[in-house]
Amino acid sequence: MNSSIKALLGTAAVALVAVPASAATLDDVRDAGQLRCGVNTGLPGFASQNDQGEWQGLDVDYCKAIAAAIFEGDDSKVEYTPLSAVQRLPALQNSEIDVLARNTTWTMTRDTTLGLNFVGVNYYDGQGFMVREDLNVTSALQLSGATVCVQSGTTTELNLTDYFRANNMEYNPVVIESQSDVNAAYEQGRCDVLTTDASGLYATRLELANPDEHVILPEVISKEPLGPVVRQGDEQWFSIVKWVHFGLLNAEELGVTQDNVEEMMDSDNPSIRRLLGVDGTFGEDIGLENDWMVNVIEAVGNYGEIFERNVGPDTPLNIQRGMNALWTNGGLHYAPPIR
Amino acid sequence: MEEHVSAYVAREQKKPLPPPPTEAGALAVLRKNLFATPLDSIVTILLGLFSVWAAWRIFDWSVLSAVFTGSSREACLAGDGAPVGACWAFVRAKFGLFTYGLYPVDERWRVDLTMLLLVAFTLPFAIPRVPFKGLNLFLLVGAFPLIALVLLTGGQFRIGGGWVAFMFILAAFVSTMLAAGNLNAPPGWLRVATWLAAIAVLVLIVSNILPSGQFRLLVFSFTTLSLVAFLLAVASIAVSAFASVSSSGKHASVLMHVLLPPLYVAALLVLLAGDLGLQPVPTSRWGGLLVTLVVALTGIAASLPLGILLALGRRSHLPAIRLLSVVFIEFWRGVPLITVLFMSAFMIPLLLPSGVSFNQLLRALLGVALFSAAYMAEVVRGGLQAVPKGQYEGAQALGLGYWQMMRLVVMPQAIKLVIPGIVNTFIGLFKDTSLVYIIGLADLLGAVRRGFSDPNWITPTTPASGLVFAGFVFWLFCFGMSRYSIFMERRLETGHKN
Repeated sequence: MNSSIKALLGTAAVALVAVPASAATLDDVRDAGQLRCGVNTGLPGFASQNDQGEWQGLDVDYCKAIAAAIFEGDDSKVEYTPLSAVQRLPALQNSEIDVLARNTTWTMTRDTTLGLNFVGVNYYDGQGFMVREDLNVTSALQLSGATVCVQSGTTTELNLTDYFRANNMEYNPVVIESQSDVNAAYEQGRCDVLTTDASGLYATRLELANPDEHVILPEVISKEPLGPVVRQGDEQWFSIVKWVHFGLLNAEELGVTQDNVEEMMDSDNPSIRRLLGVDGTFGEDIGLENDWMVNVIEAVGNYGEIFERNVGPDTPLNIQRGMNALWTNGGLHYAPPIR
Repeated sequence: MEEHVSAYVAREQKKPLPPPPTEAGALAVLRKNLFATPLDSIVTILLGLFSVWAAWRIFDWSVLSAVFTGSSREACLAGDGAPVGACWAFVRAKFGLFTYGLYPVDERWRVDLTMLLLVAFTLPFAIPRVPFKGLNLFLLVGAFPLIALVLLTGGQFRIGGGWVAFMFILAAFVSTMLAAGNLNAPPGWLRVATWLAAIAVLVLIVSNILPSGQFRLLVFSFTTLSLVAFLLAVASIAVSAFASVSSSGKHASVLMHVLLPPLYVAALLVLLAGDLGLQPVPTSRWGGLLVTLVVALTGIAASLPLGILLALGRRSHLPAIRLLSVVFIEFWRGVPLITVLFMSAFMIPLLLPSGVSFNQLLRALLGVALFSAAYMAEVVRGGLQAVPKGQYEGAQALGLGYWQMMRLVVMPQAIKLVIPGIVNTFIGLFKDTSLVYIIGLADLLGAVRRGFSDPNWITPTTPASGLVFAGFVFWLFCFGMSRYSIFMERRLETGHKN
């Protein structure tokens, strides 16, 4: 499109907000005084609003952590943009948000061809199936000919196709845009099987009239590494988001929690001293203050605390750590060291 | 000669006997309407039983076994055996969210005040007996949008000089037209005023194409050329004002008339850009009923005048105007609103230079307003066609011009005829506002649905309770509009009943 027409349209549309574009996202965020974070419109445990209208959830805590790292501990400087599954990647590509923390599956296509970078995995998920108990199904391999409810525009839809094709089974998909409508369709009996990420299945089961009448089948048919995403082309911003994530994991590994982070500043453990910025200039090297991780941990705690608070066994969701435990406890979370 | 009538002959008509009990009274009505034949009786009994059963179930669900208090999902979970009905505790806990969205709690009085003002301005306007309709109209249509805009957003926008110039150019054109309405105004001066405004438009377009340095003037950031455009517009207004004053004896009132548009624009800019001590609240934090009302009322307020203009345009004898109106109406009527909203969410960002974002709410407002204007245009056109040709000819025979004929003779009859259609469009529009959920805005329904994903409130009955509540609120508003339209129809007696 002709640049002058673009400029004209642009000026005509500088309706209420005009943000000058530049390569350095960190500077833009600092100028705007807030981090624009894309989150789910509503996924229990990952992004939802409490009675006071405050956002909460595992993904939301990542937004807060990044904001705390940038704004010296102020985790309130976040503008949350709720995005549907189809909206999320265009919103990031069009610079409507600075970081996307919306249970987005890391795939090769998304990482390489869309101009996006995944910074890591903040939740290891996998796709599962839920069926009514009275169908007497005990394995996903018995689902041939079933009607399956699935959300559109997700990897879930693609995995479903692959799984049934690979196992030579027939199925009728019922494809629906919003997850809550998918759940409703399942409850009304429009389909025999509900499929989504296992974390979502547990939340969905809570909503059903008789949770005991539904079983979650043992098969996990896909790898769903969910993680925050940033735009390609800004290495510094990529590093900041990536190392906030690694910092949270390292903090759990080193036993630094929201409560003891002040005392830990006096620790003799060199790993802790580097994490908390007592030694070295790791924060300044990525454009932040040296005590960046102190700010982050004071705001949201370490990864384990985030997990327990939002989705862990003490929450209604009651999800076990499982794959999401640290590598030292038999899980998959493993962060490179800060040194 | 007097006629002899025997005493036994009745002199007056006998009073009729009361109808037999099988033909009158409640029993008879029941028998005739409900139990006339055996089949009727069976149907009546079956449906009666069903109604009682359904009413009881609804009453039981929404009152008897409903949960009214509680602070978390535990309250609404079924205990041992007994199923739980509606979870009103959820609606109660989230009531603030459903009404205001994420609007900061300390600032919610601003929303309350805005709604209060709206009611205060609308009610007297809607009741025919209350006097001062002219002042009321000005307050409702002129002052209220300004007040609401500033109260809700908090002002302090960063407005570019290009926009300042654009607004003043618009004002200059309107001023020129108003000045031209005065037949004694010297045409030479008016021509100068028009040319000045036209040159200002050109300069503004050039200033958007040529990159140039910006500097701040007051709170606005101007480029040199946009400042020139602004000054030209001001000059045009000054010339119009001079032209109308020089030709008329009543200086003060004529001057006020011509200067009203620029003064309004100036007030708008000052209020928008100025710091009135209100904390700015970005529209991304608006939600719930607030967004529903903002979108619906803007759509309603914009669609009626736009629709009337489009309807007139479609019936115009000027080919260009007719073609433009037809294209506009058929385009917007042919595209689903959901597509328009999707386009605004995905296409507009692609067309804009990167980093420039177009306010989400404004996109929705524009989409909804243009969309409903097209529907409104067809409704109004229906009314125009129902006005007999004699009315047009009569008005022309009286020597009325086009606008006078439309305003004084045709429109009052046409609008009166299509009140049901207009209100139909309004109600449809009000309910369509829920579609803004698509572009990430949480209207009432969106806010309710977002509440479902709060892990603190996930229960089997939460979604039903929330949706019933949202449905009830929508019904209240739509039913209110419908009753008012029936009242207006009766008052205007449009039905040709006699």
